Amino acid sequence: MPFIPHTEEDVSAMLGAIGAKSIEDLFDEIPPALKTGKLKDVPDGLPEMAVARLMQERASADGFWSNFIGAGVYEHHIPAAIWQITTRGEFYSAYTPYQAEASQGTLQLIYEYQTMMTRLTGLDVSNASLYDGASALAEAVLMAVRSHKSSRRVLVPKTVHPIYRSVVVTTVKNQGIELVELDYDATTGKTVLPADPGAFAGLVIPQPNFFGVLEDVHAMTDWAHAQGALAIALVNPTTLAVLEAPGKWGQTGADIAVGEGQPLGAPMASGGPYFGFMCCRQDFVRQMPGRIVGRTVDLDGKPGFALTLQAREQHIRRSKATSNICTNQGLVVTAATQYMSLLGPQGLAKVAAASHANTMALADKLAAIPGVTRAFASPFFHEMVLKLNDNAKDVLRALRAQGILGGLDISGWYPELGQAILVCVTETKTAADLDHYAQQMERILSKRREAPPCAYKS
Amino acid sequence: MLIFDHSRPGRTAAAQLPATGGSLDDLPAELRRKDAPALPEVSELDVVRHYTRLSQLNFSIDTQFYPLGSCTMKYNPRACNSLAMLPQFLARHPASPDETGQGFLASMFELQEMLKDVTGMAGVSMAPMAGAHGEFAGVAMIRAYHDARGDTARKEIIVPDAAHGTNPATATMCGYTVKEIPTDATGAVDLAALKAAVGPQTAGLMLTNPSTLGVFEKTIADIQKIVHEAGGLLYYDGANLNAILGKVRPGDMGFDVIHMNLHKTFSTPHGGGGPGAGPVGVSERLLPFMPIPLVLNENGFYRLATEADRPQSIGRMSANMGNAGVLMRAYVYARLLGGEGMHRVAEYATLNANYLMARLRDAGFDLAYPTRRASHEFIVTLKKLKDATGVSAMDFAKRLLDYGYHAPTTYFPLLVPECLLIEPTETESRETLDGFVDAMVKIKHEAETNPDLVKGAPYSLPVRRLDDVKAARELDLTYKPAV
Repeated sequence: MPFIPHTEEDVSAMLGAIGAKSIEDLFDEIPPALKTGKLKDVPDGLPEMAVARLMQERASADGFWSNFIGAGVYEHHIPAAIWQITTRGEFYSAYTPYQAEASQGTLQLIYEYQTMMTRLTGLDVSNASLYDGASALAEAVLMAVRSHKSSRRVLVPKTVHPIYRSVVVTTVKNQGIELVELDYDATTGKTVLPADPGAFAGLVIPQPNFFGVLEDVHAMTDWAHAQGALAIALVNPTTLAVLEAPGKWGQTGADIAVGEGQPLGAPMASGGPYFGFMCCRQDFVRQMPGRIVGRTVDLDGKPGFALTLQAREQHIRRSKATSNICTNQGLVVTAATQYMSLLGPQGLAKVAAASHANTMALADKLAAIPGVTRAFASPFFHEMVLKLNDNAKDVLRALRAQGILGGLDISGWYPELGQAILVCVTETKTAADLDHYAQQMERILSKRREAPPCAYKS
Repeated sequence: MLIFDHSRPGRTAAAQLPATGGSLDDLPAELRRKDAPALPEVSELDVVRHYTRLSQLNFSIDTQFYPLGSCTMKYNPRACNSLAMLPQFLARHPASPDETGQGFLASMFELQEMLKDVTGMAGVSMAPMAGAHGEFAGVAMIRAYHDARGDTARKEIIVPDAAHGTNPATATMCGYTVKEIPTDATGAVDLAALKAAVGPQTAGLMLTNPSTLGVFEKTIADIQKIVHEAGGLLYYDGANLNAILGKVRPGDMGFDVIHMNLHKTFSTPHGGGGPGAGPVGVSERLLPFMPIPLVLNENGFYRLATEADRPQSIGRMSANMGNAGVLMRAYVYARLLGGEGMHRVAEYATLNANYLMARLRDAGFDLAYPTRRASHEFIVTLKKLKDATGVSAMDFAKRLLDYGYHAPTTYFPLLVPECLLIEPTETESRETLDGFVDAMVKIKHEAETNPDLVKGAPYSLPVRRLDDVKAARELDLTYKPAV
């Protein structure tokens, strides 16, 4: 019996101790009419060897691709040490650290994580993480509304990832919160601040924005503050190695910073698990959702770590909790903390700079191809929007036939851009990768047929 | 020692740095950072050694018995991890076309179908990323259902007083008010109180079955009838699904919507507090409202459903496809177990719980519900011991740590004074359970003869009992070097 250690002798001795005749007797409080027969859609169990074979076949069928898609999830090199240590049983199979004395490893790691995140964002405090970047943004919106005296409106630029905006809607729509979309400038791809916004509780400021474009974060932060609202930074942690920290935006800094933690050592893995990070100013710490670890002392005065401010949370406050969340993405945070340690300030800055340089290089190569133009004439980080004079879906499909995932078709979300793709390049791509992409793009748009593959190898 | 204490200016884990950087001069100076973030500057060995040592400060299933009630801390098979982490699976970008992920999507589709079967529901969405996230999806669907019918007077969710804190917190997040109903002396929902509570304002009832008190709600058929006749929907909190896996299906009990905790029932790792996965299952009438993405099978081609396929969906809950890697681990687990293995989960979890309950009862411990069968868990109450010796459930739990056992859940459910909620799970052997009983008996003896010893526990862990009050009053949430 997989993962059940009982021998026949065990079973009869245990039933004897209970005073039951059979295991079935133990279910005698369940009305017989409710009992289940054989499961029809669950196949018979397989030994590990057979399941391994099946999964290896499926993995091989999915294969490897030359990936130029970003859009919130970024392909970065992940040091080998990280997941070897993260999947040690002591991290992997531990529970939430409620029994602090038996969880000092996880707790200290989270304290270190919180410290690193506050140093990246330039804010005072961090929680122990949320589900992902999109849900972290939704929680930030709720937090802004809780912190505001009267308004339940939050301004969200169209330059925020469309799916993030959907997740925010799903999360807050039943709480009477109004989300107001802000348009962007067609030339620069930057958010346009409205002349007369009315009262609002918060402004979301993406940096870089969904188009990869850098927003005027200082002006946006000051504008939000001038209107009595909170400034919510939505940031990419890799770029924070070289871009100004949200805590230093404008005159007094953003109030909350959230984002997707995936670039910090989490594999793309078809969508997760990743983690959302959230940092804020000290004044808002009691409004923050999720777990928080604090340092304290034990009975002997020795330093130690424990979950703290639990009075905000669902298991204490029930219907009055700041959120229903009772998990963090502990294991992925374990990886991210090691990633930030291994890369350090120099490494993270180098990853950011190499990604930016590669994106610039590809931009130059692609923009030189007839039929490709850059959508926006302003600085971008490691993503860019390209307009095509051909059907974006067809072009991406043709690139795929050459092993290239050339970007994300965003024409459906932004019809005003025409046929447009969002292209990302990270430090993982070589000059040869960029050349290959550009050659194929040029060939596809000029409608030349692909020569036999061997012709390209010579 | 913190990782920051190892930091030395200029030190790097050089092998991890890309060979070339690049210029950032084209970016506006005012948007660039003036001071580098003060991340640790350490070597690769510093990192490996530091975090390996930290791991050794933890209790975990791989190293200790973890009878933590309501949490289902069973063995997490290693193959689930290694097969979910095959390099092609890890390398796939979530926005890649469906054509490039048929192996992944086939696994997801099959898991979705298996979850439908074991829960008896008409549809399953694996979008939610944790139990509480699944609860949110479930209650949001209840609301979407009533709203779609124009039945907007339903503003109240009924929750038994023994419920997990996430239930009332979730109802609030969905814009509902919460009405609590009491539990009777046998640990069951008070039917009279339920009848009195329902009405045209009732949106639904959230119920855990077996309940958080470790007993099966025998009157589930009546509960179902009362709620449905009042026009409300029935929500199943799947926290205790391990107790009935393959034995009873929530769909057959009449539930309209359920969430599952795959990190419990399907043995994906708890990871020191996540990531989990909280798929939701629904009855026919809630099918249109399921969160996206879902996995569709169109003549053998698998693809993710979008807004266009499901216009009435409550929407998206994550930027991508939930905690995909956790779902992959659950899929591998399901294939290793198979249908028969799933039937056995509830059987042996229940056998272990009833055995442990009988042995502790015989050793002189008081059971909270002595006339009831244990489900996969049960409650011991230490009230008499506390009154006689001053030793609390918390003290008892801390002393168990000294004996090398993770503590059971204490002070939940809130209804039972000085409670220990004990869940052994099916993967533990009789010898392990016997060893736990021996430790419990020893500690009881210590409490009776030398209560201060127990009150001061633990002694053998990396730290002794921590000052929670200081932690909350003098917040120290980040490391600040002494100047």
